[in-house]
Amino acid sequence: MSKSILYDSTLCIGCKACEGACAERWGLPYNDRIAAEEKISAHKLTAIETHGERFSRRLCMHCEEPACASVCPVGALQKTALGPVVYDPDKCMGCRYCLQACAFQVPSYEWNSRLPRMRKCDMCYERQTRGEPTACSAACPVGATKCGDRDALVAEARQRIAAKPGAYYPKIYGLNEVGGTSVLYLSAVPFEQIGLRTNVPQGPLPALTWRVLELVPDVVSTGSVLLGGIWWITNRRAEVAKAEGKRK
Amino acid sequence: MTGRLPKLTIWRAIFAAIMVCALYATYLRVVYGLGGATNLSDRFPWGLWIAFDILCGVGLASGGFTLVAIVHIFNIERYKPVLRPAILTAFLGYSLVVVALLFDLGRPDRLWHPLVMWNPHSVMFEVAWCVTLYTTVLFLEFIPVVFEKLGWHKPLTWIHNISVPLMIAGVLLSTLHQSSLGSLYLIVPEKMYPLWYSPTLPAMFYISAIGVGLAMTIFESWHSSRAFGRALELPLLASMGRVLAVLMSAYLWLRFLDLSRRHVLDLLTVNRTETWLFLLEIALMAVPTVLLFQKSIRMSPGALYACSVMVVFGFIANRLNVGVTALEAGSGTNYVPKWSEVSITLAIVAAGFAIFRLVAQHFPIFEAHSPELAYPEVGEREEHRVAVG
Repeated sequence: MSKSILYDSTLCIGCKACEGACAERWGLPYNDRIAAEEKISAHKLTAIETHGERFSRRLCMHCEEPACASVCPVGALQKTALGPVVYDPDKCMGCRYCLQACAFQVPSYEWNSRLPRMRKCDMCYERQTRGEPTACSAACPVGATKCGDRDALVAEARQRIAAKPGAYYPKIYGLNEVGGTSVLYLSAVPFEQIGLRTNVPQGPLPALTWRVLELVPDVVSTGSVLLGGIWWITNRRAEVAKAEGKRK
Repeated sequence: MTGRLPKLTIWRAIFAAIMVCALYATYLRVVYGLGGATNLSDRFPWGLWIAFDILCGVGLASGGFTLVAIVHIFNIERYKPVLRPAILTAFLGYSLVVVALLFDLGRPDRLWHPLVMWNPHSVMFEVAWCVTLYTTVLFLEFIPVVFEKLGWHKPLTWIHNISVPLMIAGVLLSTLHQSSLGSLYLIVPEKMYPLWYSPTLPAMFYISAIGVGLAMTIFESWHSSRAFGRALELPLLASMGRVLAVLMSAYLWLRFLDLSRRHVLDLLTVNRTETWLFLLEIALMAVPTVLLFQKSIRMSPGALYACSVMVVFGFIANRLNVGVTALEAGSGTNYVPKWSEVSITLAIVAAGFAIFRLVAQHFPIFEAHSPELAYPEVGEREEHRVAVG
């Protein structure tokens, strides 16, 4: 069973307890100035955004088929069976393809560091392996962020929509976006109104590059035979021409 | 010319100025990190160093594999005089791409990581391997020039013995990574402006790389003929210009087909920066293509040169558009490179020109300039049989 987070924007009161808990779990500084920054960055891995009177939360979406993990040339990013997409800073060479590839613009880079790392939420992988909930969901005083098995959370999200059809926009963000994510959103209004990207493809992104990459063995094998053959023919022709030229 | 101190010319002064700026930019990069030396951000993680130094650098060096294929695999011997300069350009180009990578990577000390830590699903992984292997191939294709100069016959024979598989590997590796540079962007369909995002990006990158390889060869021959006072191989370059015209027409036609099949042609009527930069890119490629179909243009050294320069700039415009322009709106940013980014890029280009000139002065690069007689120790038969180089 893969772990997920359900964030219900209609319940969120914007108290930013999740931000504080997240900073504490990572050992990152957290103060009023940082709390006022409404965007995720290398020193703030989750952020509450204000959209009029509504709130939204940004964090890594932990895609079912993450683009970041597929593009990482050194395999520093991995989708774990447990659900979180985890990062190994010791492998990372800093190509920043993950930043480029992420449809949600989640990964952040330590731009001003001499030995920089990529930073992003890891859905409290360590805590979850011990069976504990994520720091953010444990800290949420109103249950707006809830942690659990994905199937159960999807079912619960559907239930909430069915129970109060007037209070919810009737869709779950993350159910099919980029082939499904492990972070799911509920909202009272269409998702773009709370700052979520709604133009992302509905299918998994890694397929887009794999379609080409899987041709590599074919190109190599067919290419070798073809080029070798052409060389053999043209070279033979030249030799014959030379020999005939000599005979004359 | 006999004095120890090199004469101060305007070009040398410019070169020195570029290098001094780049030195300071390097200091900023090392001490203050990517943030101190670039205008990159979380939303715009790849800038000029990727779009120009890598995408253009690798592309502009594609003359190496194009001419190896023409001369040695298709056995069209008459192109041989321009083969060595093309291989030298390619070898220099790839070496400089690696230098650029050292600036661009967050952890340049881990440049070697993809060779040990594998992820075959990553386009970047494939590019890393291809570029590493191909730079090795280019080194081996170039080194006979050095052996010849030194008169080392044994290693020449060794390389000759593996030359055919080596050349085939070189062409294949180039085919793979020239197209893969386009595949890098396949994963950002929603971020990229539709005039450029296309599932055909890999094919387009490959075809345009071959085109610019030919254009660069014409460009180099013209410059070296002036620099070294040797005769221009005009009939040869003219026929190359004809191939270029046909190739670029095919390329432009495919671009048009692709745009029309994806129903995005109407975007050209929108008054946006993207539209104008797209039109600039297409014009820079279309104008020389049309011109090169005229025999009078191909047979005039100046016009032929101008056309090849236009193709080169059209190619650069295309890569910069893919790497920068196309991604700005979709990632909600406006990226303008910092002076230090431009400075490093200029220094790399300048270093390329300078090293090329230096090598061409001291090694037998232009065969027309240095006939076989100049190297009597390498017999004519052997010279002929050393396929590589």
